[in-house]
Amino acid sequence: MSATGIGAPVLRREDKRYITGKGQYVDDVNRYGQAHAFFLRSPHAHARILSIDTAEAEAEPGVVAVYTGQHLADDKVGGLICGWMIHSKDGSPMKAGPHPALAQGKVRYVGDHVAVVIADTYSEAKDAAEKIVVDYEVLDAVVDTAGARTAGGEPVHEVAPDNTVFEFHLGNREPTEAAFARAAHVTKIDLVNNRLIPNAMEPRAAVGDWDAGTDTFTLYTTSQNPHVARLVLSAFIGIAPEHKLRVIAPDVGGGFGSKIFIYAEETVCVWAAKKVGRPVKWCAERTEAFLSDAHGRDHVTHAELATDAGGRVIGLKVHTVANLGAYLSTFSSSVPTYLYAPLLSGQYDIPAIYVEVDAVYSNTAPVDAYRGAGRPEATFVIERLMEVAARELGKDPAEFRRQNFVTSFPHQTPVIMCYDVGDYAASLDKALATVDYVGFPARRAESERRGMLRGLGFSAYIEACGIAPSAAVGSLGAGVGLWESAEVRVNPVGTVEVLTGSHSHGQGHETTFAQLVSDRLGIPIDNVSIVHGDTDKVQMGMGTYGSRSGAVGMSAIVKALDKIETKARKVAGHVLEAAEGDIEFKDGKFTVKGTDKSIDFASVALQAYVAHKFNGQELEPGLKEGAFYDPTNFTFPSGVHICEVEIDPDTGVTRIERWVAVDDFGVLINPMIVEGQVHGGIAQGVGQALFEGTVYDSSGQLLTASYMDYQMPRAYDFPRFSVETTETRCPSNPLGIKGCGEAGAIAAPPAVINAITDALGHEDIAMPATPRAVWRAIRRTPQKMAAE
Amino acid sequence: MYAFNYHRPASLAEASAVLVANADAKFMAGGQTLLPAMKLRLANPSDLVDLVALRAELSGIRREGDRVVIGAMTRHGEIATSDVLLAAIPALAGMAAIVGDPAVRSRGTMGGSLANNDPAADYPAAALALGATIVTDRREIAADHYFLGLFETALEEGEIITAIAWPIPKRAGYEKFRNPASRYAMVGVFVAERADGAVRVTVTGAGASGVFRATDFETALTADFSSAALAGVAASPEGLNTDIHADAEYRAHLVGVMARRAVAAATA
Repeated sequence: MSATGIGAPVLRREDKRYITGKGQYVDDVNRYGQAHAFFLRSPHAHARILSIDTAEAEAEPGVVAVYTGQHLADDKVGGLICGWMIHSKDGSPMKAGPHPALAQGKVRYVGDHVAVVIADTYSEAKDAAEKIVVDYEVLDAVVDTAGARTAGGEPVHEVAPDNTVFEFHLGNREPTEAAFARAAHVTKIDLVNNRLIPNAMEPRAAVGDWDAGTDTFTLYTTSQNPHVARLVLSAFIGIAPEHKLRVIAPDVGGGFGSKIFIYAEETVCVWAAKKVGRPVKWCAERTEAFLSDAHGRDHVTHAELATDAGGRVIGLKVHTVANLGAYLSTFSSSVPTYLYAPLLSGQYDIPAIYVEVDAVYSNTAPVDAYRGAGRPEATFVIERLMEVAARELGKDPAEFRRQNFVTSFPHQTPVIMCYDVGDYAASLDKALATVDYVGFPARRAESERRGMLRGLGFSAYIEACGIAPSAAVGSLGAGVGLWESAEVRVNPVGTVEVLTGSHSHGQGHETTFAQLVSDRLGIPIDNVSIVHGDTDKVQMGMGTYGSRSGAVGMSAIVKALDKIETKARKVAGHVLEAAEGDIEFKDGKFTVKGTDKSIDFASVALQAYVAHKFNGQELEPGLKEGAFYDPTNFTFPSGVHICEVEIDPDTGVTRIERWVAVDDFGVLINPMIVEGQVHGGIAQGVGQALFEGTVYDSSGQLLTASYMDYQMPRAYDFPRFSVETTETRCPSNPLGIKGCGEAGAIAAPPAVINAITDALGHEDIAMPATPRAVWRAIRRTPQKMAAE
Repeated sequence: MYAFNYHRPASLAEASAVLVANADAKFMAGGQTLLPAMKLRLANPSDLVDLVALRAELSGIRREGDRVVIGAMTRHGEIATSDVLLAAIPALAGMAAIVGDPAVRSRGTMGGSLANNDPAADYPAAALALGATIVTDRREIAADHYFLGLFETALEEGEIITAIAWPIPKRAGYEKFRNPASRYAMVGVFVAERADGAVRVTVTGAGASGVFRATDFETALTADFSSAALAGVAASPEGLNTDIHADAEYRAHLVGVMARRAVAAATA
């Protein structure tokens, strides 16, 4: 391993500009003559718009234009789309209501877009918006996830009279019923997977620009996948054909899923730029981010686990109601279906699984993918069930899991997935040793001597990453393929630019991708630059989400590098006057086998462009290759996390005392960056478990619309994490890597809740387990009261 | 933020005059509450009367016999690290050290906080427990007569706090349970045994009408100033706030927990 090659903990090359204020984010983009947009948002969760009077606002100082949904309709601007078709169990397609970028006739959540004011300054736009007079007929709001189908009153969308988007199912129903019929024991739980608000550090922003000379548009936007944004804005919303629309996602300050989607604001900014003949800029205020970024999770689930007399799991039944909010966001329908149900088997060999998911509309912000997307929800179900079942059966929770682990691969589950490789017991053993499991009773006793409660919780998770292959996801309803592209451009002096369809918004691609190239071509990492996020530079790509950029994005680079090496060998053969087959390539040098004749990579690059040494008819000049890579399977990262908590029964405050993560991500490119991803993931997962509770009141007002009421995790909330890895090489991509970006957020919530319920000695506490919730739970636990 | 007129008066008299002359004018000391409210368009003063030019005149911490006098424009960070205060009333210095966050403590002032009388602010609990005197440009107000409810005080229009005089107690302690999100006091309890032996227990963050005295706790501690003396004493949920973070019953419970811990801190 070289100092900058695969496996080296290279410091992140991009961090210097991030931490010295030299990053270029969308809000740093300022175009000549730009105007500023402010969006008037609905104060009501559900209302008919009887009239909008913009005359007074238009007369305010600095105002350039005021637009409403009518203007979009007049210009035949299409609505926002949901790109994944789900069919109900009766075969009918999901019921997608209209989703105009500016409301037409109705508003459906607090924060919904009513009108846009474009003015010389942002303040002027905001001031003028107060002069818009909207006459609303307020309707009853549908807020409650479990009650949405029976809410009565006017439905959120006409197309779904009982607010049901679809009734999805997956698995083998009859075998599952049979398994429950012969079960020795059935464990039942009811769970709520709490709604989360993403809170990327950088709020969403957009600058739309239009060039009157060429009739071309440029959109700068906070996107995780600028090419998908261009595709949707062109093909579906109809802003401009793709060759007339450039989308740039420059430095992006975190996404966690929330910047995958194509939103109203960027649509309006790029459309309005031509309309007003000036660039139009918008940057969300934090309150707008709370109100209108696509939220995550929001499931209500009943689940049952059947075990036989020997403690083997023989069946799993899950019924989930998933709240998708007021509109179907870009990939919302895939999250509680194909990103959720296929993961419910966890790490376990469960022969019969049947899952039903009813997706509902409500008068709340749209819900879509958020770090983990479906997999945290699935992991929470199966890992809470396994914990509760172990306790009911009087088994050690670690050994109960071990008894039910999948141990031979490939393993076909009853819910689509075919697990390719893994060693779940290896991760469990390492985690037990690292946390000092045998020492836990002594630690618990010590806590009790101080009047504290101590608990330990497991989470043995599996996730499906590198979502693919395209043909497979297409058969499940995806509107796009999920391959990735790469282009490797070798300059005449031997430096290399890699154009990737992946997008880095904090993941460190400028480092890890360059490590791969440096390693493969034997050139200094400083000679490699990574280019992403601009549709005029990178021809096409699918972007970054679902922990896919390593497994899919880097594999595309490998494929392009294969082609580069093949071409370079030919060039070297000509220069060294040897047969191509006699050329060896190692450590950046091409050598004629068995001789000391050699030429380094940079010289080959120069010769490829000088082209004096070969006949242009036999070999093209130049050294540039592209590749599209479509994997053969998902990847299946897995691992075991153990959380140990101490609870103050006087206040209900939970402190995390130990956290052990043992993950199998396959081959690691940069273990330091992997560890950072695990840290961030755990923090977000713990945020869900302990802190982050999204609260709408019964009228649909968001009560947690600022940091005064929405608690984010802080560094203070965590102990030093013990992050370890095991490795089984992923067989479905050339690098053997699996993906690590979401693991922590997937693993963490059940580990925390299992630890708290272990400490309290009972089986149920809702997320977020706030001090009040824990204190209340302690009060209804008689045995603990007696012990005090 | 809406447009407003900005004033920076050079004297107390001028400051008061500007405020009185403009119906929707507001004083600004450190601005740590007012400016965020203005940014969110929740506050809309026509005129902002910035007292920063009076800082030299209105800040400083000095011992005057059996009390410590703190200038109204003295910042939390200065109060937290004052050797004079750390020696005389360490519980008050400790309180200043946990007001807000470092940014707030480097700008926010004691006078500004007491003038605002946020129901979740820290200083009102200390003032009511220690028997502070609020000194203004026109009179002196005893803490017992100063706090009149949520964001309500005895200050008259245009009246400016110039200093706060703090009697030095025998012993005192403060413990707060923070709102998990905002980190304001969800329940803060200050306990003091004054120089004359009188015991005060005051509660901030919890009451629907702002800071209040927990007299049952005072009675118990008067008999025996120890945590153990509070073992059987419970606060009533009546009159306490219920919100998404804590209901009245939980707050009442926390009053007891924080009171016991505050006494423990005072007697440590």
